[in-house]
Amino acid sequence: MTTPRTVELVVNGEPRAADAEPRMLLSDFLREKLALTGTHVGCEHGVCGACTVLVDGESVRSCLMLAVQAQGAEVRTIEGLGSADDMHPLQEAFWEKHGLQCGFCTPGMLMSAVELLESNPTAGRDEIREAISSTLCRCTGYQTIVEAVQAAAEKMQGEGQ
Amino acid sequence: MKPPPFDYHCPETLDEALALLAEHGEGAKVLAGGQSLVPMLNLRALHPAVLIDINRLPGLDHVSLEDGRLRIGALARHRAVLESAAVREASPLMAEAYPYVSHGPIRNRGTLCGNLCHNDPASEMPAVVLASDAEMVLQSASGTRSVGAGDFFTGMLSTAARADELLVEVRMPQAPAGQGAGFHEVSPRKGDFAYVAAGATMTLDGGTCSGVRIVCAGVGDGPHRARAAEDALEGAAPGEDAFRQAAEAATEGLDPGEDFHADADYRRDLVCSLTRRALADAASRCH
Repeated sequence: MTTPRTVELVVNGEPRAADAEPRMLLSDFLREKLALTGTHVGCEHGVCGACTVLVDGESVRSCLMLAVQAQGAEVRTIEGLGSADDMHPLQEAFWEKHGLQCGFCTPGMLMSAVELLESNPTAGRDEIREAISSTLCRCTGYQTIVEAVQAAAEKMQGEGQ
Repeated sequence: MKPPPFDYHCPETLDEALALLAEHGEGAKVLAGGQSLVPMLNLRALHPAVLIDINRLPGLDHVSLEDGRLRIGALARHRAVLESAAVREASPLMAEAYPYVSHGPIRNRGTLCGNLCHNDPASEMPAVVLASDAEMVLQSASGTRSVGAGDFFTGMLSTAARADELLVEVRMPQAPAGQGAGFHEVSPRKGDFAYVAAGATMTLDGGTCSGVRIVCAGVGDGPHRARAAEDALEGAAPGEDAFRQAAEAATEGLDPGEDFHADADYRRDLVCSLTRRALADAASRCH
């Protein structure tokens, strides 16, 4: 049915619900229905990676998933990573290593990096490059992003010990 | 852009999904991983009246090797196939080619069967299953049939699947013992669609090449099997000259098409170079 239906899901640990037409993309649902505008929308056809979020622990393009498909899912967005007062080690490392300039790709970069480091805390440069290869950055040339993820990995391992 | 309006169904059983396909036919599209379908919706290249979301159907995400047959279900995600020990054991070519298939987030959602049904000419897996004597198991409310890969890919973004049929499984015979495989690709960036990709398999039988298969992607309106090149190499001793001659034969009569990324001459050059490398790798990996 083209009529809206209620989508119930958990976003950043909190149960949320809102109505969505079947054609509404998860990216637009997060931004417009749940007011979580940290997820950026770039190309809207799965190329740029700016809208990457985690659904049930796996990175997905939120512009290539319908909101109704996320019924019952657990979604993590950039808003759940940290805050200005309490940043995630990855966010601190992006700041320290100049892992961003304009910041448009950064939510996608960070969510891809979180997925990588949570599944592979000792990821090396090649694995980091592979993980972030799904997201385009037009500012940094990627080197500082790789350095930031590597620095965060080292810090997170240190904290874990 | 945003998708056009459509009716959305999310069946919980295969019977229910097939009944919906029978009811809506040409007006319906099956939504599996959505990594090709949703971009086409977003770009308004498609206007289906109905989407039938199969993601909640049980028992279709298998990747298994049983009795010498590799079986991959409709909901097996690229990532599961890429990481599957059964695939590495059953199909050296698929294992070689899979790292070229897209990026992590696309692999987490996209399915092999959906990728085959989309049949993008630059896509790797249609060429791989064409080289592997795969069978497509198509199920509808009125029955089940099996279509060989050679008959399944019928042209640009087209397959032999009827509008009321679902590709429930792809089946491939296990590669013969000792088979080696090679796969090479040139694309603008890693994980992007190929300009050209070439794959080859063979066994070495008494010091000569046997069971040679050579396939290419990105050279026309679908996966291409280079039969003249296969014939040139069958029974020949492996070596640089033989591989070069076969690679040149792979380009004969080939009309690879062109776009602003790569013209036809460049694509033919790539077919020749990548086929030669794929053959050399395949031969070196025979055991």
